Amino acid sequence: MQDNATIIEPSMLDIEKIRRDFPILERTVYGYPLVYLDNAATTQKPEQVLKAMDDYYHTINSNVHRGVHYLSQQATEAYEAARHTVADFINAAHTHEIIFTRGTSEAINLVAACFGKTELRPGDSILVSAVEHHSNIVPWQLIGEEKGATLKVIPVDENGDLIIDELDHLLKGVKIVAVNYVSNSLGGINPIREIIAAAHRHGIPVLVDAAQAVQHLTVDVQELDADFLAFSSHKIYGPTGFGILYGKESWLNKLPPYQGGGEMIKTVTFEKTTYNDLPYKFEAGTPDMAGAIGLAAAIGYVQELGISNIQQAEHSLMTYALDAMREIPNLRFVGAADATHRAGVISFLVGDIHPFDMGEILDKQGIAVRTGHHCAQPVMDRYCIPGTVRASLAIYNNRTDIDRLTAGIRKAVKLLA
Amino acid sequence: MTIKEQQDEIIADFDFLGNWDDKYEYIIQLGKELPLIDAQYKKDENLIKGCQSRVWLHVDYREGKLFFTAESDAVITKGLISLLIKVLSDHTPKEITDAQITFIDTIGLSSHLSPTRSNGLLSMVKQIKMYAVAYQSKSLQS
Repeated sequence: MQDNATIIEPSMLDIEKIRRDFPILERTVYGYPLVYLDNAATTQKPEQVLKAMDDYYHTINSNVHRGVHYLSQQATEAYEAARHTVADFINAAHTHEIIFTRGTSEAINLVAACFGKTELRPGDSILVSAVEHHSNIVPWQLIGEEKGATLKVIPVDENGDLIIDELDHLLKGVKIVAVNYVSNSLGGINPIREIIAAAHRHGIPVLVDAAQAVQHLTVDVQELDADFLAFSSHKIYGPTGFGILYGKESWLNKLPPYQGGGEMIKTVTFEKTTYNDLPYKFEAGTPDMAGAIGLAAAIGYVQELGISNIQQAEHSLMTYALDAMREIPNLRFVGAADATHRAGVISFLVGDIHPFDMGEILDKQGIAVRTGHHCAQPVMDRYCIPGTVRASLAIYNNRTDIDRLTAGIRKAVKLLA
Repeated sequence: MTIKEQQDEIIADFDFLGNWDDKYEYIIQLGKELPLIDAQYKKDENLIKGCQSRVWLHVDYREGKLFFTAESDAVITKGLISLLIKVLSDHTPKEITDAQITFIDTIGLSSHLSPTRSNGLLSMVKQIKMYAVAYQSKSLQS
């Protein structure tokens, strides 16, 4: 559990030093220094990641796993070292349980398609939660339509907490559970340990969407006992277009391949193809080598800072932000009102100001936030709102950013109310 | 007043407004002041789907001219719409199809016409032009 979540001590980390690692933070927008609070959409990249990718293309670029030549061997070593870094980061039991994908969406689509193909029958159900990103709804609907299976939904209460009292009842007829660890629209940390334990009591596997979790919390797949876990590189300071699927060895061996192509085969004849071993069985075609190396550099960066230090610093800033925002008349938080069960995201509305208007006036002041439904329309429907304004934090955000945000909101209120 | 004259007038008005907050204050004021659409026309058939703010557009055809009324749930969008309607309403279909909409760019709000902005304004310009084309071909037939 996140037991040190109540510490509001000054951070162990030198945030100003960290900020200097992110060159983009030096730029201005409409003449104002940039305040970047759209980190749940994507984080900025530190110099260390940019350099690792640059070095890759400058010195060892070549196709992996194929070449007899020196560069190919160096590239393969760096690429496989990246897999090892990821396995170590989430504490996977085996490196070959780490599948490289294009992102969280592709990872979820992979499991939905492959699991659905062999495990789903007409009348079966897939259990998701009411606070999922569309990426963890639509892939299941697609395979569900094909197989005659339907979605069931873990409900959410007014505070953004999942209601899990009825979980045992909900799990009847369910073949797989797919839930996010942290909600991208509300920021609530979901009780996935309880959900996984309940599902396992019924022998049902669980996929965890950790896209909004790995950059904020310690994620240990063995401790969670997750069957599958997905996350994206670009939300944890790494490059875009790259992501991870973790799967338990037993499950990955059981599932059929996803896509066909080079790399994923052992032998091919026109009569019969035999598939490669894990992880390559799920990695058709030439992979994104620079992406893997960039993600490994990003994880290295996070590990050097220490994820628990990051968690503590972000929690302290989150508490500061919530306190400051609470002072703004008519501002209301959507989801939890305190920092304890929240990671990264603050979703809010002020009076009856449309989120789009608020976002626009903030933008004009050089403050980047996200507005709208955040690819989670069912969440907005649940609260009967068209959308929210979402400010989301990363390790390089400081109190100046929050002061600029609250001043920006006040100015927007003055103009709009 | 011609469409061009209407646009020139708006451009002159905005020249008086110095910084961005004065411009937005003016647009927001327009958005708040104008009761743009009759409630009966605020229905799904008239909804132009922008990604984030909803926009309703209604058209009337009287004595060879088109008259537009519209509404949005976002006040900045509503203010911009009221400018657009001021420029394009009360003109013949031909005048509207021939019109070049330059004022949004000139007053420094071109980002509102970018497709990535998805605030409905671009879709609204397209929809108005489509109505004009439809009524133009209708009047040519009769």
